[in-house]
Amino acid sequence: MAASRHLLDYPRFLGRLLWMSTDGSWRFYTWMTVLSAIALVGANAYAHQLAEGMALTGMSDHVSWGLYIANFTFGVGLAAGAVMMVIPAYLYHDHEMHDVTLIGELLAVAAIFVCLLFIVVDMGHPERAWHLIPGIGRFNWPISMLTWDVVVLNGYLLINLHICGYLIYMRFLGRKPRKQWYLPFVFLSIFWAISIHSVTAFLYSGLGGRPFWNSALLAPRFIASAFITGPAFVIVLLQAIRRFTGLPIGEGPLRTLMSVMRVTVLLNLFMLGSELFTAFYTGGTHATAVRYLFFGSHGHHALVPWIWTAVALNIASAVVVHLPATRRHVWLLNLACALAFAGVWIEKGMGLIIPGFVPSTLHELVEYVPTVTEWKITAGIWAFGLMVLTVAVKVALPVLSGQLAASHAGHGEENPEAKQAT
Amino acid sequence: MSDTVSRRTVMKGVGATLGAAAFAHAMAPLTEWTQDLSVDQFLQKHYKELTRDELTRVLVHLKEETKRKYGRDVDIQALPPQEGVSFAYALNLSICIGCRKCAEACHQENNHDRRTGNSYIRVLEMEQGSLDLEHGNANYDHPVPAEGKYYLPVQCHQCDNAPCVKVCPVQATWKEPDGIVVVDYNWCIGCRYCEAACPYHARRFNWAKPEIPPEEINPDQGYLSNRIRPQGVVEKCTFCLHRTRAGRLPACLEACPTGARVFGNLLDPKSPIRWVLENKRVFVLKEELGTRPRFFYFFDK
Repeated sequence: MAASRHLLDYPRFLGRLLWMSTDGSWRFYTWMTVLSAIALVGANAYAHQLAEGMALTGMSDHVSWGLYIANFTFGVGLAAGAVMMVIPAYLYHDHEMHDVTLIGELLAVAAIFVCLLFIVVDMGHPERAWHLIPGIGRFNWPISMLTWDVVVLNGYLLINLHICGYLIYMRFLGRKPRKQWYLPFVFLSIFWAISIHSVTAFLYSGLGGRPFWNSALLAPRFIASAFITGPAFVIVLLQAIRRFTGLPIGEGPLRTLMSVMRVTVLLNLFMLGSELFTAFYTGGTHATAVRYLFFGSHGHHALVPWIWTAVALNIASAVVVHLPATRRHVWLLNLACALAFAGVWIEKGMGLIIPGFVPSTLHELVEYVPTVTEWKITAGIWAFGLMVLTVAVKVALPVLSGQLAASHAGHGEENPEAKQAT
Repeated sequence: MSDTVSRRTVMKGVGATLGAAAFAHAMAPLTEWTQDLSVDQFLQKHYKELTRDELTRVLVHLKEETKRKYGRDVDIQALPPQEGVSFAYALNLSICIGCRKCAEACHQENNHDRRTGNSYIRVLEMEQGSLDLEHGNANYDHPVPAEGKYYLPVQCHQCDNAPCVKVCPVQATWKEPDGIVVVDYNWCIGCRYCEAACPYHARRFNWAKPEIPPEEINPDQGYLSNRIRPQGVVEKCTFCLHRTRAGRLPACLEACPTGARVFGNLLDPKSPIRWVLENKRVFVLKEELGTRPRFFYFFDK
């Protein structure tokens, strides 16, 4: 009886949210128009790439993955890190954090969309993606790490969609969410967040023929950097929400996230140092890729400016986030976030994926420089991700703050405590 | 009030229409892509699941497609592995002179893209006294053999524990009973994970549609080997299985002017490959990775 009512009510609820997402101030329309324009440029570049082939990219048989997979890897970290707000909220009972966990989960959803799009644009035959569907296609599970990645990423998307959808829907109905319908999934999402980035690391570290990636430290490094970018993004996002929606967001969550970053930026630098020690102190051919990355090799230095920029940004963010003044001035905190975000983006991108291929397995030095097509598609996907995030946050907040609720009566179990839930 | 609401709704409608038109315009190049995409091909099953009838239809379809796209009548067969045959290759580094005739023959035999001059074989010019690939050079451009150098041709090693097969998410690549690692070009999704996994740089991706003049096309083709590959899939050396499964030798072996190349059936005691493995001191590349290649190298002394 109740279930059949939800069958009708839930789509109606989604419809209202969607319609609402097209309402907004001139700022909102401008923002969305700009993002749409960038996304369209990306879509057009992608259509050309699909028709004319991936020769339009800077990739080659020597460097067979480039900007797309680099951004995919970074996006997985962002998605994993976004959910880390859940740990203080639910494991350490930090109640102020409860208000912002949902924001983190919405960010995770948007980031997973971005990741999936980066995978699609990197495929030579995206229309054959159905070959990946277990049962219909030939899913090479559990042998291929890529199949694990497909499972964990899609699973993560579903878990987070469920948590966000359920909590917002209940608030919309004016009911108190039932713990058994979301709490197990919240804890699952913590475990799952670790798994998405670990599996993504195993994708690379499991390849014996690529010494640069073949390191047991890769997964911990991925997790550490995820715990930098997730909080960094959310810190800035929360302030944007506070500014544009007037929603009261306390200093508590910002402070907690800053504390997380204080630990993770140092941990990340420490692990980078550990890898450099092993490479350079031992030397030999195993250090070739690291040498190429940091100092260039045989007259090739395409990655040298990238990696030193990343190191400089990461060190600068570590310094700024530890300044006592950063506790008082929010602009310093934002600066630290921006530095850390950009630093990790380069480190997980040009600093991780490309040097895995240079030199190649036969020790040929073929360099990679992304083409304009690749940059357009990359920008388009990130713009699309920001659109998803904007719409998600925009429709979630009015429901959470009680501005939007089911207009019709007839839903019993109304609960005055509903506002304190989540 | 209702006036402003309706104005806003109208504006939304205009915005949505403009957006949809812009999107359609942006995606217009796709019409070219969809022309090459047939329903049959889209729905085609994995090679291993095709019945005999289905396979026949697929081969006919592929021949017609080659005629349409490349203007040449070709014969595409799907020769099965023979019972009691397990292929292996050996290469004598003492007499290889680095002339790259093998790579050239591979290029022609396997209908490689002419624009990129692709080949499944890379020949490294190595420093005498070193097996370290870091001291090799694949882009030498001078008379061979050069003083103080030796030459190391590398192609697919048809590993028994193949990293490429392991990582493929859709089983588009697998090892055949006669030891050859193949790719179903109609099943590969083009993720290139196999290319990242291969320690021997043995795989190639079709970054664009291969270009090849009709008169240069080798019409003797195999479904799993040298038929002209579609854009966006990975390909590799198959020990020329369209030849070797019919009792002939690989094109690279026939092209070698010094006789450095030895090929045969491991299960046949009289085959030359057995003689090499029993009488020479052989080694494989990157043995420490545990890939167990069936491509062996040896020196005369």
